Amino acid sequence: MKVDFQHSQAAHCENGVTTSLLRHHGVNQITEPLAFGIGSGLFYIYIPFMKINNGPAIAFRTQPGLIFNRTCKALDIPVERKKFRSKEEAEKILLECLAAGRPVGCQVGVYYLTYFPKEYRFHFNAHNIIVYGKEDDNFLISDPVMEMATSLSSYELERVRFAKGAFAPRGQLYYPKEKREVTNEQMKKAIRSGIKRNISLMLRIPGPIAGISGIRFTAKKIRSWRDKLGPQKAGSYLAQLVRMQEEIGTGGGGFRFIYGAFLQEAYAYHPLQELIDISKQFTNSGDIWRSAAVQAAGIYKGRIGSQADFDVMSDYLYAAADLEKQAFLALSKIKWPT
Amino acid sequence: MKKEEIPQDLGALGKITGEIVYAVDESGKYTTSLSNGWEVKSSALDVAWKDVEQRIAAAREKVIRREASPVLFFMELRVMDIPIVAAYTGFWKWQVKRHLKFPVFEKLSSAKLAKYAALFEVSVEELKTMQVHEG
Repeated sequence: MKVDFQHSQAAHCENGVTTSLLRHHGVNQITEPLAFGIGSGLFYIYIPFMKINNGPAIAFRTQPGLIFNRTCKALDIPVERKKFRSKEEAEKILLECLAAGRPVGCQVGVYYLTYFPKEYRFHFNAHNIIVYGKEDDNFLISDPVMEMATSLSSYELERVRFAKGAFAPRGQLYYPKEKREVTNEQMKKAIRSGIKRNISLMLRIPGPIAGISGIRFTAKKIRSWRDKLGPQKAGSYLAQLVRMQEEIGTGGGGFRFIYGAFLQEAYAYHPLQELIDISKQFTNSGDIWRSAAVQAAGIYKGRIGSQADFDVMSDYLYAAADLEKQAFLALSKIKWPT
Repeated sequence: MKKEEIPQDLGALGKITGEIVYAVDESGKYTTSLSNGWEVKSSALDVAWKDVEQRIAAAREKVIRREASPVLFFMELRVMDIPIVAAYTGFWKWQVKRHLKFPVFEKLSSAKLAKYAALFEVSVEELKTMQVHEG
């Protein structure tokens, strides 16, 4: 049993699943940057009272599942999303979908994901893959971060679908309910509303820990890490920040570049020079995030580590916050032709 | 980031697959290319695993001194925490916390021990003695 499905690789798992599933359902215009931008994927949050792997809880992305839901909704495509109590039921429904010729998105944990390298297997439960067939006891898997399609035995797939802990997927699967063609008019509208929602997420979200203020909040915290935590733990915290920022499945610096690419692609639908100019600002911000990562690496590798070095690290984040604030303000001033 | 600046420092993932990276070409237009990894990233991952190893070693010492039960050692070995262990075994979090105490662990029923052994993928004997041999 195998659905006629084209595996394609992406920079980020949920973007990739969204893009591939929508393409399969007739949305030929969709690309990874468009899915990311329409789904308002750019975000930042630092949750001060929560710990992940004994380090700070930082995310550069929206809540898992939102990019897919928002993008489908903006394009007027109905979505089915199911969670399960029973493993048998979860497999039964999955098999029914495949028999009906449907590739299916699944949320999974990476700890037991056998084709991942051992070094990457932490208890992280918000990874997304597509299941597109079954041959003997093996499910055919399209994992967007992998160059090639791969497979998992039915036991292995069940295990990752029912991983436990934070964001436990509970067998969650999702797919667009029907094939639909999307007009360029719809794309235009979806792009505009995706940008507008992202502006308010980054600029106007209340509280000090999310959006632009969240980046500034983190910058402020970093200044005190060395004294408060001691050099070793402060180094571990910075390493965690870099992992959240640059690793597959998250990608903070990388997300800025994808957003830059999104604005360039948006220009094809809305020929406004501002989009190209603001795209450059996101490229600059992504570069600053990368410089920050290099600075952090100097600290956690023990090459540098004075308070001044932590201050430089903090200044990079302030600079990124300022730049992104300017960029989103500029986006909010765009006069969209109606 | 410019296309020619995309790092190619072979990392753990790079041995299995290249990663898609968005970068701008000479004309300023975004394209994608594959990266094999970035040294800054892989050293961050190394730091995370070094921390894990330290916690495993500290847990082992504690168990030897009978200040904690082998459940703590295996929890660290499997990179878990109390909520994760509770979720997989079906115990309450307060139960897992109790089972981390050596005297409580010594009196656990074989059914409970079997649950922990299954989660940690060891035999009950290995669970009690912390003797595990794996690559």
